Amino acid sequence: MAFAPAAPVRAAGDFFALSLDVLRSLFKRPFQGAEFVQQAWFIASVTILPTALVSIPFGAVLALQVGNLTKQIGAQSFTGAVAVLGIVREASPIVTALLIAGAGGSAICADLGSRKIRDEIDAMEVLGVSPLQRLVVPRVLATMLVAFFLNGLVSVVGVVGGYFFNVILQGGTPGAYLSSFTALAQLPDLYVGQLKAVIFGMIAALVASYKGLNAKGGPKGVGDAVNQSVVISFMLLFLTNFIITAVYFQIVPQKGG
Amino acid sequence: MGVEIRVENLTKRFGRQTIWEDVSLTLPAGEISVLLGPSGTGKSVFLKTLIGLLKPENGAIWIDGKDLTKVREKELYEIRKLFGVLFQDGALFGSQNLFDNIAFPLREHTKKTEREIKDIVLEKMELTGLTGAERKLPGEISGGMRKRAGLARALVLDPQILLFDEPDSGLDPVRTSYLNQLIVDLNAQIEATFLIVTHDISTARTVPDNIGLLYRRHLAMFGPREMLLSSNEPVVRQFLNGQRQGPIGMAEEKDAGELAAEAESGEEQAKLPPIPVQLPTSDGRKRNTQRPPGSWLKEHGVVPPKGSFEGIDVDVPTGSGKTGWEGEIPSPRGRSRNGSGSSNVEVVAPADVRQADADGSEAGSPDSEVHASDSDAPRRRPPAKTAAKTARKPAAKTAAKTAATSTAKKAPLPSGRSRGNS
Repeated sequence: MAFAPAAPVRAAGDFFALSLDVLRSLFKRPFQGAEFVQQAWFIASVTILPTALVSIPFGAVLALQVGNLTKQIGAQSFTGAVAVLGIVREASPIVTALLIAGAGGSAICADLGSRKIRDEIDAMEVLGVSPLQRLVVPRVLATMLVAFFLNGLVSVVGVVGGYFFNVILQGGTPGAYLSSFTALAQLPDLYVGQLKAVIFGMIAALVASYKGLNAKGGPKGVGDAVNQSVVISFMLLFLTNFIITAVYFQIVPQKGG
Repeated sequence: MGVEIRVENLTKRFGRQTIWEDVSLTLPAGEISVLLGPSGTGKSVFLKTLIGLLKPENGAIWIDGKDLTKVREKELYEIRKLFGVLFQDGALFGSQNLFDNIAFPLREHTKKTEREIKDIVLEKMELTGLTGAERKLPGEISGGMRKRAGLARALVLDPQILLFDEPDSGLDPVRTSYLNQLIVDLNAQIEATFLIVTHDISTARTVPDNIGLLYRRHLAMFGPREMLLSSNEPVVRQFLNGQRQGPIGMAEEKDAGELAAEAESGEEQAKLPPIPVQLPTSDGRKRNTQRPPGSWLKEHGVVPPKGSFEGIDVDVPTGSGKTGWEGEIPSPRGRSRNGSGSSNVEVVAPADVRQADADGSEAGSPDSEVHASDSDAPRRRPPAKTAAKTARKPAAKTAAKTAATSTAKKAPLPSGRSRGNS
């Protein structure tokens, strides 16, 4: 295979161009309401159960780690505070991102990719319908919406899971767990968590759409596209997560800091 | 009436790989053209470039006074409404049933009520023989049906240009001939400009008005059917006749050594096979853009191979010398590359001769006489003097045949290489 130094740059440029086109198509009428609802339902249905199942052990692990540590240093009353902080600020958007990219994004990519290799996308363009407006915009919006609610779900399930493990299994006191909720965490943590989730949803859907629409080379090409789409979204999501967190700490004053 | 497509110096590359370059041709309005080529010569790429799905590196595509390669995206979507495209596998939307698939363009682009849409869709489904399959999903039907459904969808917006990407791939010979018949009938009915991309020779030999051949990254030849079928140009001749002898090898092209070996072996290129009769419409109706059989040959004084136009009488040169022609168009009056309304289009045979053409395929069928009387298609141009003189005179036919025999014997082979040392 020839070494083409410009290839990654071109791909990045193409991806950016696609994102801009999607942004532009966002305001084109008519809005594909039915497709949006259908996609939102579809993405929710493939992500809700796995997300819930991942977030329970996640909260539990956090509770176990912190619970032991706080017991040793006699700060058990802060277990709740740490669990909430960890889950709402970081764990929840990350879990959401993984599930959105892994379950939702791969499904979108596979769907668009198989349409691409069956010439459906070309056919649509030839019939004078923009696939971006018709297919990609509803998917991106649907993913963002679902990511928003998923993040809420993960936060709740994670905190409840942490409570369960701390109080029932580790013998912590319910009152201390609940009353320390707001010791470290604050409301902007939740806001930024939700914002992160929405941005992750957007990125995952855009990457999946880009990879799907550029699939080529038959069924194997679709497989490759899905694979790349998941890997690239993961990398982008963690990078974005870092950037947003860094900016957040700069602009929002922290409690007890 | 269809729209003319003029392609000028079109070049397409993928990275450093040139798919084809300097392709110039004109698809005359309302005519059926076929684009042929060995596998992997970028026929489908050409088709996709023609609808603006791929951007060419160079050149222009003129449709309706606009250069498709330069227009803005919004205009492109407008121009595309002139097109109907049949993709290789029909390219139906997998999540919708056939009815919704075919109704899709109407729902997107027209303000028609569901009732009107239903009427149109059912009409197109009947036309393509899909009645009763409205609620089927594309995954539940056969490849042939998917193609026909794709065709029905391409037809609902009454396109001015219809493009077919390998309509015969994956179909059995019977279905292929049904589809070819459908294509010819459709052309008579909607008079759109047709372009068929294929490598099926029998389709290419019988269906179109014009044939183009892509080979070795350029357009080897484009012109009227009779011109290419009587051509002795090695590549055209080899491909259109499906022969092993000639410049096209298993992998793209033969090298000098292989060619020399071929010449040494004394294996001669087979004789030009007879030119078949063009496929008539099923109801005997004349297509407005159809030229009478033999008109190109006559105009250019080219002698067709023996046995050409079997079953009908055509007035073609039978003089001494060789069959077919070589290289350049022998007459200056010939259709130039971008001349659509050239002289020989005017030459339309009287209705009886045109009927003779139509009867050609159903020779001996008892009702052919009935056809002849009631299917006098509307004529736009006055019958010209140069048209074929004889309708069905057996004597003239045999005479022509014997003449052809005598010429065919003497016919020399075209190029030095195949004359060889046998």
